[in-house]
Amino acid sequence: MASSEGQGRFPSPFEVAAPPGCEGWEKMYPYYMLFSEGRKDFEEGKFWLCDLLHHPEPFYPFDTLWYEYWWLSLSQYNSRVFIVPPALGIDNRILNGYAYISANAIMDPSVVEARVAHFMERAGYYYQNWDDLYAKWEIKMKGLINELKAVELKPLPEMVSVDDVKGARGQTEAYDLIETYDKLINLGLKAWQHHFEFLNLGYAAYLVFMDFCKKAFPDIGDQAVTSMVSGIDVILFRPDEELKRLARAAVELGVSDVIREITSPDDAIARLGQSDSGRKWLNELDKSKDPWFYLSSGTGFYHSHISWIDDLSIPFAALRGYIDKLARGESLDRPLQALRDERERVSSEYYELLQTEQDKQTFNQLLMTARTVFPYVENHLFYVEHWFHTVFYAKMRDLAKIVAAHGFIKDPEDIWYLHRNEIREALYDMSAAWAVGTIARGPSYWPAEIEKRKGILNKFREWSPPPGLGVTPEVVTEPFTIMLWGVTSERIADWKAPKPDPDKITELKGFAGSPGVVEGPARVIRNVDELTNVQQGEILVCPITSPSWAPVFTRIKAAVTDVGGIMSHAAIVCREYGVPAVAGTGFGTKVIKTGQMVRVDGSTGVVTILR
Amino acid sequence: MCPSEVSDVLWLRDCCRDHLNCVGGKNVCLGEMIQAGIRVPPGLAVTTSAYTRFLDKAGLWKEVDGILSTLVLDDIESEDRVSEEIRQLIESTPLPAQVEDAIHSSYLKLAEECNVPNLPVAVRSSATAEDLPGASFAGQQDTYLWVRGSDEVVKHVTKCWSSLFTSRAISYRTRMGFPHDKVLMSVGVQKMVNARAAGVTFTLNPASGDRSKIAIEGNWGLGESVAQGEVTPDEYLVDKVTWQIVKRVVSEKTVEYMVDAANSRVVCQEIPPERRNLSCVSDEEIIEIARLARIIERFYGRPQDIEWAIDRDLPFPDNVVILQSRNETVWSQKQAKPVLQPRASALEHIVDNLIAGKRVNIGGNDVSGGSCPTL
Repeated sequence: MASSEGQGRFPSPFEVAAPPGCEGWEKMYPYYMLFSEGRKDFEEGKFWLCDLLHHPEPFYPFDTLWYEYWWLSLSQYNSRVFIVPPALGIDNRILNGYAYISANAIMDPSVVEARVAHFMERAGYYYQNWDDLYAKWEIKMKGLINELKAVELKPLPEMVSVDDVKGARGQTEAYDLIETYDKLINLGLKAWQHHFEFLNLGYAAYLVFMDFCKKAFPDIGDQAVTSMVSGIDVILFRPDEELKRLARAAVELGVSDVIREITSPDDAIARLGQSDSGRKWLNELDKSKDPWFYLSSGTGFYHSHISWIDDLSIPFAALRGYIDKLARGESLDRPLQALRDERERVSSEYYELLQTEQDKQTFNQLLMTARTVFPYVENHLFYVEHWFHTVFYAKMRDLAKIVAAHGFIKDPEDIWYLHRNEIREALYDMSAAWAVGTIARGPSYWPAEIEKRKGILNKFREWSPPPGLGVTPEVVTEPFTIMLWGVTSERIADWKAPKPDPDKITELKGFAGSPGVVEGPARVIRNVDELTNVQQGEILVCPITSPSWAPVFTRIKAAVTDVGGIMSHAAIVCREYGVPAVAGTGFGTKVIKTGQMVRVDGSTGVVTILR
Repeated sequence: MCPSEVSDVLWLRDCCRDHLNCVGGKNVCLGEMIQAGIRVPPGLAVTTSAYTRFLDKAGLWKEVDGILSTLVLDDIESEDRVSEEIRQLIESTPLPAQVEDAIHSSYLKLAEECNVPNLPVAVRSSATAEDLPGASFAGQQDTYLWVRGSDEVVKHVTKCWSSLFTSRAISYRTRMGFPHDKVLMSVGVQKMVNARAAGVTFTLNPASGDRSKIAIEGNWGLGESVAQGEVTPDEYLVDKVTWQIVKRVVSEKTVEYMVDAANSRVVCQEIPPERRNLSCVSDEEIIEIARLARIIERFYGRPQDIEWAIDRDLPFPDNVVILQSRNETVWSQKQAKPVLQPRASALEHIVDNLIAGKRVNIGGNDVSGGSCPTL
């Protein structure tokens, strides 16, 4: 066990106090997610990283769901399925509402050695049969989404139907509701079981290629490596492609003015329904919607990240932009052949620059494997975080209406202040009261508790979580920790450095997400509903972006995000649009103000505030 | 081989490998680069045939031989005296009219082409033996900057010629038994770049030997300060494949060499504080230097060591010019080793990589060695 303490060491998890007025916050989260006296020695001896990448906001109790599910699902594929030689899982905790994670390594070299043969057999099978197994995965995942769609959450009736009585069903809607809820929640867990079936291996294969390139070509940009492996026909671009298709169809059918002039999508759709050509276009819209509008406006990790299908104003705003482009005679086509040619040019030029035949062979070997795994790495997001989660949250909102109707919560949107296990308890409370014909406890319990939780979460939002806790690691072997969270010496040193006054900061460092240097006025966006404020030629500064923001990338000069690495959405999309990006600056939205002139260097990952 | 009847003056743009013996390696290289489409300041080469004609016509060989016969080897005073006498002789003897006319008219034509009366030029020696292996007897590599007017050019050409007879060159040749009349001198006369910034470029990363990078070092003013290591130059690293500037270190630069036009000389001066910490080249200039360097490297088929300058009087990209290129010698001569031991499958590489993990080095503790990952 190695550690280096001294200046700027991270606090122990047990030294971090709750912000004033947040006493009792622990009740919002399950007991097993909290740092506790019972595991104190173990927990204090580890390094805990604040995962602001996936969980930038303090957790609503319900939204711990995906955090808990990836904790188990990711880990099991390392530890129990593929037997990754030196790495077990990633351990997760919640402190003051924020996510803290810690990689769990195997220390004993003989144990590591003993795991190698298992890994070779198991992972080897996956790498060798990747395309076939991935095709099976897509079928599995689509089946799961259909299963989820079939889940129906029904209110408790005044009387059970006479048909059920005569059909001798022997169970009531009270049981149905609890069973259906359990099914919904378990399908969520299953989706996350599938999510990681390929991902750990995908990252491991990608990383080995990345590491080779960095050895052979020190100072090579991360995005140069990514550009050699990333796919051209990635399904994450598909929703945006559908919008382009709809824009072209609108022009061809002569209905583009309706879409352009009527800003409310509902009103526009009503108007389009009145004409033949309008109805034809609506038919095209319906074809695109399922599944391509099941696209979250955020990462899909939170209930607040609503999707296109829930709010058509997001895709319609983009659609208007594309129609305007067509009107100006601009092309909407992605230069696919040019992108493919460029990928081949970059790969073959680096290949030629290698000095030995051995390295040339290794380069090809590793490049081919990285390209094999990459479609999964890029595409799984759409299936799970976007498509599945969108349907899942819609089902949860159906449930929330039922719970609200029983007076357990004042507003259906208050459901998120309950942990999923608390909801199950509330459903039992509700069903029992329904059965007994009595007063449930919930309506006199939950609204007050929810008010209290709202207050705590507001305080947590203003609190800045330390980037790390505990003892600094010497070596990180867990592929996710490296790939997604970018844990490197430099990062940790940056995090440990004392934070200067935000008003005095003139330079921010992040990941070089997408190359190029530009200057322009900043536009700070915290929520998706502010996106329409972004003006042509501005520099987008935001906490994180999602693929559904794609249309805004045609307007902006550059993007700067608080969280994310080279594989973050913002970085991927910016590379695609040829817009410079710096990802993962940590606190760009806190330091930069709308209207300030900033210089974004997407090649080196530096943002300079010019004032 | 040189054409047997070569003229006294050749345009740089016409110099090629065939002229190696009569214009020297430096001028051949400039000519080749121009032909390859590289921006090189225009100029001319006074050939060795002008040099021999001068010595023959004036019957100088005999006199030079006479002086040399008085040399006492290893006697510094004697060596200095002989050198002084020969150089005096060469510099004071008028050129044959044919040679002088050729230089005059070519210089005037060059000035006309550049549209600058009294065009300032750099006059450089380009000895024909200097590129031979182990032949460092060529003599002083003299360079005269900011020479204006054809009379001055002629005067400095003879100065270059006389530089073959520094005391060091004389004693070296004598000791090695190399005939003094076998080392011939060509002189390059090239439009002087009024350099806003200048420096050197390697078509690999000199720190690691990485062939995918182009390294650029530069300072304000003429390139001398960088070549002589008088300042810590600005440093840039450009990726040859993506054409991104992957590294930039802007240093505090204290002095620069500038042309003092009034006195036709180069002066070393302090850089004013407001300019010291500014990058001496813009991003587009960096990329242009790198682009030209890559063309030269491809042309010669091996890594190059290049001198460049940014002309303050010209617009981009015409302002980015190349002054010189030679083969890189350090990394080119090393035997390349594989960066990764070959393995039968990608899977084996993945296992190796997983077990090695990522070293995280904090607070200067160099953590390395051992394959056991710990947390």
